[in-house]
Amino acid sequence: MIANRVAFGNTVNEMAATNDKIVVVDSDCINVLNYGNFAKNYPERFYECGIAEQNMVSIAAGLASCGMIPFVASFAVFTSMRALDQVRNMVCYNNYNVKVIGTHAGIETGFDGATHQAIEDIAIMRAIPNIRVLAPSTPIMTSKLTKIMTETYGPFYMRFGREPNRELYDENEEFYIGGSKTLREGNQLTIVACGRMVDLAVQAADELAQEQINVRVIDMYSIKPMDEETIMKAAKETGLILTIEDHNVIGGLGGAVSEFTAEKCPCKVVKMGLNDEFARSGSMNDLFNKYGFTKENIIRKVKELVNG
Amino acid sequence: MVDINKLKEMANQLRIDTVESVYLAKSGHIGGALSAAEFITVLYFYKMRLNPEDPNWPDRDRFILSKGHSAPVLYAALARRGFFSIDELKRLRQVDSHLQGAPNPKTPGVDMSAGPLGQGLSAAVGMALAAKTSKKDYKVYCMMGDGEIQEGQIWEAAMTAAKYKLNNLIGILDHNKVQMSGTNDELMPMGDVSEKFRSFGWKIYKIDGHSIEEIIKTLDEITSDDSLEQPAMIISETVKGKGVSFMEGKAAWHGAVPSEEQYNQAMEELKGGKI
Repeated sequence: MIANRVAFGNTVNEMAATNDKIVVVDSDCINVLNYGNFAKNYPERFYECGIAEQNMVSIAAGLASCGMIPFVASFAVFTSMRALDQVRNMVCYNNYNVKVIGTHAGIETGFDGATHQAIEDIAIMRAIPNIRVLAPSTPIMTSKLTKIMTETYGPFYMRFGREPNRELYDENEEFYIGGSKTLREGNQLTIVACGRMVDLAVQAADELAQEQINVRVIDMYSIKPMDEETIMKAAKETGLILTIEDHNVIGGLGGAVSEFTAEKCPCKVVKMGLNDEFARSGSMNDLFNKYGFTKENIIRKVKELVNG
Repeated sequence: MVDINKLKEMANQLRIDTVESVYLAKSGHIGGALSAAEFITVLYFYKMRLNPEDPNWPDRDRFILSKGHSAPVLYAALARRGFFSIDELKRLRQVDSHLQGAPNPKTPGVDMSAGPLGQGLSAAVGMALAAKTSKKDYKVYCMMGDGEIQEGQIWEAAMTAAKYKLNNLIGILDHNKVQMSGTNDELMPMGDVSEKFRSFGWKIYKIDGHSIEEIIKTLDEITSDDSLEQPAMIISETVKGKGVSFMEGKAAWHGAVPSEEQYNQAMEELKGGKI
């Protein structure tokens, strides 16, 4: 098992062999993003800014204005918040071809505590014009989406967590911007999840199926644009949606789904995530237990909704 | 042969265009635009490698007006250089014009957006790095305000430019000593800015920013110095509101719009060439 962030770093290195426009602007995160091989193989395309995320993002804008495809990555709290002005006003406003990465997103960042846990990044990025927002769930998906966003002009924000991720897809799986994956079929309720929460949702759905509770599970890896057709179908066919994200319940995946359904296909949407509070330091597992990001809690919630 | 008098006339013309466009828009920043008039004139009418027919020519020299609120003088230079119609200047900040409050690359000839202060030098570093990586010989010029360098990101960029020995990057500090609410010294004394940039690894040139001759001499010296292995910073000593007597050195003219009477007086001074 590898973490999505490791799959990302590997893929950037791999793509750079055939695409000399790819450049990395770093802010002391070489190991965090697994950029080691890229830095070694392409030193003339690896720019180290030190701990200066705002500078990193504006430098990327300058590079992009000259035809480069820059990747800027740091902890999601820093790319989405410390450097937000730069992302908005230099990258998004100009619609530059910059790929912004937020690693260590969500409370799964764990021990570093609330200052390093991005629980607002999806909401923030989603609200900016021009940028698209991706939240891959597994390493294969991360790798494929990294390739797709590199081949697709314009600004992107991709967020993933710190810890290794179980693989849910095989190498031949296809993904696209604005797509989703329906991993389990069911008509009693639909779970829409992203990132690591997809794995938990699948485990919960499998256990529920043994009790004849049939839950649909959608991996909504493309949050903006979102696969609206699949949401509309789920709203019509199951009438109940439970969103799950390692993010605040305000403005993220649940917000995106709610905004769409409220206007186009009203149905009950219940949001599971961090309940508008800062989390604490702790291991990922301890924090997930404390804040309800568990298979058991999902099962309990689904039963409550289906029976309620 | 450079015709210095023609450049002086052009600088004056950019001042006239600036005051007129802000007066018509009833909005905009005159003070810091007027202080930059000579430097921008030399860049656009003498120094920079440009092609108004092909504004996005990949080998062109780049200019970033990091103090983006001074846009009117940049727009005037671009229009007078043939990037777009001079008539467009009369539609500054209007809803159907491409001339936004702060520069944006949608305007032909503008290389980078600006507005939120402190970001331009980083973008210039990015452009200069792109030149090095793609083995191109264009130069990157970035003009900053002296209030603007209170933003911490300027110093992040200054470190990076020195680290990467960006001898293709030329910073210009429009040192007019006045910002929105008062003088630099009142708001945030910066001490000796030359020494600050020098200590960050830049080569420093200190000049009279209203002297066309000095600007030309300094820029030519920098771009012909093959031994230069560091970024260059030109501290351009200027006067805010330069050219209009009642605006000179006054913080109030950072973002004020002249009344009809003030406009007429300004035009008389500028067109009469009194200053």
